[in-house]
Amino acid sequence: MSAMRWKKLGRIFDPTQHTLPNGCTRFAQSPQALVFDDFVRIYFSTRSVDNSNGKYLSHIAFVDMRKNLHDVIWVSDQTVIPLGGLGCFDEHGIFPMNVLRYKDVVYGYTCGWNRRASVSVDTAVGLAVSHDNGLTFHRIGDGPVLAASLHEPCLVGDGFVRVIGRVFHMWYIFGTGWRTFSADSPPDRTYKIGHATSRDGINWDKEEARQIIPDRLGPDECQALPTVIGLLGRYHMFFCYRESFDFRNGKGRGYRIGHAWSEDLLDWTRDDEHPLLEGTPGEWDSDMQCYPHAFECDGKIYLLYNGNEFGQCGFGAAVLER
Amino acid sequence: MFRWQKLGKVFSPQEVGGRTWLKEYAQAPAALVFDDFVRIYFSCRPSAEENGQYVSYSAYVELDRADLFKVRHVSERPILRLGELGEFDEFGTYPVSVIRNGNEVRAYYAGWTRCESVPFNVAIGVAVSRDEGETFTRVGNGPVLSYSLGEPFVLSGPKIRRFKDTWYLWYIAGRRWKMVDGRAEPVYKIRMATSEDGIHWNKANKDLIESRVEEDEAQASPDVFYANEKYHMFFCYRYSCNYRGKENGYRIGYATSTNLLDWVRDDAKAGIDVSDEGWDSEMISYPHVFELDGRIYLAYLGNHVGRYGFGLAVLDGKLD
Repeated sequence: MSAMRWKKLGRIFDPTQHTLPNGCTRFAQSPQALVFDDFVRIYFSTRSVDNSNGKYLSHIAFVDMRKNLHDVIWVSDQTVIPLGGLGCFDEHGIFPMNVLRYKDVVYGYTCGWNRRASVSVDTAVGLAVSHDNGLTFHRIGDGPVLAASLHEPCLVGDGFVRVIGRVFHMWYIFGTGWRTFSADSPPDRTYKIGHATSRDGINWDKEEARQIIPDRLGPDECQALPTVIGLLGRYHMFFCYRESFDFRNGKGRGYRIGHAWSEDLLDWTRDDEHPLLEGTPGEWDSDMQCYPHAFECDGKIYLLYNGNEFGQCGFGAAVLER
Repeated sequence: MFRWQKLGKVFSPQEVGGRTWLKEYAQAPAALVFDDFVRIYFSCRPSAEENGQYVSYSAYVELDRADLFKVRHVSERPILRLGELGEFDEFGTYPVSVIRNGNEVRAYYAGWTRCESVPFNVAIGVAVSRDEGETFTRVGNGPVLSYSLGEPFVLSGPKIRRFKDTWYLWYIAGRRWKMVDGRAEPVYKIRMATSEDGIHWNKANKDLIESRVEEDEAQASPDVFYANEKYHMFFCYRYSCNYRGKENGYRIGYATSTNLLDWVRDDAKAGIDVSDEGWDSEMISYPHVFELDGRIYLAYLGNHVGRYGFGLAVLDGKLD
């Protein structure tokens, strides 16, 4: 599978070229597609500044694009889902939100962020439902559907959900812990990809702390944002991975795209020895590739992803050449 | 109405020396009976940090079984360490509820973390002792009962029980954070979960006790005791605002049930109130009922929610 060949379509959305809701100006992170008959709606997380302390708040917005993934039809101009209330798990941001159609509604699995004192943040996965084809979402409860548990102590997030057979599958990440790597930098976290199943999409059974994708960089590898798609008789997972420490500026330590495959959704074989999607020197994705999202549209397989600076300047796409 | 005869304050943390982590508070008493003493677990605090915040630990005091006012021993160390950086119990393990399980003793406790927009969040953990309850080790580094759809934050005050072959956990869950004079105050209600093994829990997702004094009444310490063919719950409740004084502070309530899920509240029957003067004249809270040598005792906190210790009352008559 290392022979998977992707043709890059370049950056397809630059948030600074559009007016965004909630006072957001930069960042279009973790693009996630919902395919309609004649367009593709791509949700992403963008950011406003919290006036009380200058920190960021992540909000969900979307762009509707023609199926050529080039022409922008319009960008959402209203709140897609409000942030959570005081003290709730999603009070300080929703990033990302994974969408899927189920019966006659659209489910949005949110990764909610709330700020902590000794470490910067904790996260959990919530569920919101849209009855208007994804224009607006309403959370089904104030709390999360998937949160920290006995052996997953923190940072449960990045849920990606698909219904396969009659079972809801969620691939997500769980934190293994926080660590201070250097006296002059704040604590950093490490997280791994896990799996949970459900009959109704609401009540989940985790495979409690089973890391389903082996590390390539060793125990300090962070794995994020799994996305799964069936192709040629196998399930393929794309995700991104990096070092836990000095990953923002350290050369070769930042996010890049990983890949694994499975035939039974239980055992995954990691297969990213050869870069799947290398950065292009001098381009928007030269130093970092992260937050992949695979989807099918009119028989083609696309991968959306972010480039440099965690998607501050938007997202791009690639199409699979078989 | 039950008739409780107050016996007075039995333990004062200020009288214990040589323990920097035990300066004040002895909250949420929970009894474990031994052959010749009663060990009462409680939660305590060192002096406040520079920012005015506290961490809390859990510990125990052993009272002579023949004379409960005779303190025989106070634990030399906290029974459980605080959690690691970023874990749910990094800043406190309070309160704790203990139960024997074969050769082990299990402790269910609330773990405290600190947040930015609200002062804290709380989830429930479990730890096991294999030395008769002197020291405990966490079963995992995360909580056993955490935030969920209908219980978004502040899962605290666990009380562990086992009836027949089922484990029961009574606890409180936050309903909302209410801004009072610029300060976020949690409103919480009494809830329940059941389990076959004490590790995997099914929440009832229901408020067990109707609110009485106001909609935002905060309820805590749901202490369930079986006697005379029914279940008795003593708990405490307070107003949501200005509750740090006598007027709106904690009082002890009572409810009864035959099936553990449906409860009838009848505070008039609780039979214990604040005293006219003394250590429990402003508030009474965190009730815990236990049986010892044919008598029923109630351990509880007085003024300042246990800052100066806890006391005992003994039942005159039967729990029926």
